[in-house]
Amino acid sequence: MAKEVKLLGFWASAYVVRVQIALNFKGIEYEYVEEDLKKKSELLLQSNPVYRQVPVLVHGGKPIPESMVILEYIEEAWPEKPLLPQDPYQRAMAPTFKNKIYRSRSSPFQCLPSGVKYFTTKGEDQLKAKEELVENLRILEGALQGNKFFAGETAGMVDIVAGWLPFWIRRMEGLFGDKVVEEDNLPHLNAWFQDYLSLPFVREKLPPPDKVCAHLRGLLASLEPN
Amino acid sequence: METGRGDEVKLIGMWASPFVLRVKVALNLKGVHYESLEEDLPFGKSQLLLDSNPVHKKVPVLLHNGKPICESLIILEYIDEVWASAGAPAILPSDPYDRATARFWAAYVDEKIFASMKGALITESDEKRKALVESTLVGLGSMEEALDRRSKGGKFFGGESIGFLDLALGSLVGWLRVMGKACGMNFLDPDRTPRLAGWAESFCEADPIKDVLPDTDKLVEFRKTLQAAMEAASAAAAAAATPATPSTS
Repeated sequence: MAKEVKLLGFWASAYVVRVQIALNFKGIEYEYVEEDLKKKSELLLQSNPVYRQVPVLVHGGKPIPESMVILEYIEEAWPEKPLLPQDPYQRAMAPTFKNKIYRSRSSPFQCLPSGVKYFTTKGEDQLKAKEELVENLRILEGALQGNKFFAGETAGMVDIVAGWLPFWIRRMEGLFGDKVVEEDNLPHLNAWFQDYLSLPFVREKLPPPDKVCAHLRGLLASLEPN
Repeated sequence: METGRGDEVKLIGMWASPFVLRVKVALNLKGVHYESLEEDLPFGKSQLLLDSNPVHKKVPVLLHNGKPICESLIILEYIDEVWASAGAPAILPSDPYDRATARFWAAYVDEKIFASMKGALITESDEKRKALVESTLVGLGSMEEALDRRSKGGKFFGGESIGFLDLALGSLVGWLRVMGKACGMNFLDPDRTPRLAGWAESFCEADPIKDVLPDTDKLVEFRKTLQAAMEAASAAAAAAATPATPSTS
């Protein structure tokens, strides 16, 4: 009998969404538990005592925190429908690539921090942040190498890991009435944004755009000095 | 032993780097022969390094038959997969949950312990240093607990043999000793973290490690070189940022 799968999450978290997308891709049934981040459950605190954060996957009662670790676990525990290539070198290149997307380690190419800067700044500062974000995204543009997805003809692990980018960037563009990624400046990435977001196993797990925009507006308001 | 397969293995590294040390030990564990290419950090980077790791420009880079693999923990997983055989011990366990646990803690080592340690070694602010030292100690405390829970009766995180998490944390022992000398304390104090203290000794004395482990005194000297280089760089940057101000009177 298959062991029970539970996912502790928060609806607006990109890290949670990426785990949901991977579970959906693999056709794994799971129970989703929405956490109130202001009042975290005992289960969450016990399952992730180090970081006390979502997502946490609980498989047969055993907790796995940290979205990247969870994704690798999902790939190994449910090897059918692989998200990673079989060749060891290709497998090594996939995570190296994901490090370009968001791991800091004093790398100048960080999409996540520059994305956050773009979101939280205004005026001149925001323009600078946008330039920095676009420069970082240019690396991804190059990495697509003319393929439809980072993994090749079909989407794979790297696409899922990078998948928060199209979703959040489009929401921020909507919020600010701005364009960050478009046909003119980043044509392949622009096409990937569309292709990735329209994949059924992705689309089914994306939170409703309106709800996300309202959430973002709320976040921005809370950042305003009183 | 995986020689004679026509494999060409090179490691672009630097003697003082804990991340490079991880890879050296992993290659030793697997009995892989490799050519060591030493970079002159922090003073310069070779064209080979810049070509092999254009995004991060950092060591270590493993070159396997000319193909570069970057990021120490990724290199470890690659080595484990490519040189998996009956003779050589596995670096990662086979069970997916145990693998996830090892990866989680290895990421914690880098994100919490190494980051705090590096910050403490670099900062000029006494207050910041104090906080970062505390943060490092908290991180090591978590590792003591993890060792207590995970060992299943072995000397190492990996049980009886050196594994992924041993490599991740063990590579920092030399620099923890450097930091200890700088702060006048023992970061691997047997009174505070008894299991970890014992583990560190076992790690440093193990065969695949002891010949490649950098000497602590040499690391202390190297730290002085690094500090001087950083000070020179800040002074140069400050001088460049000051605009020439013609007299206005």
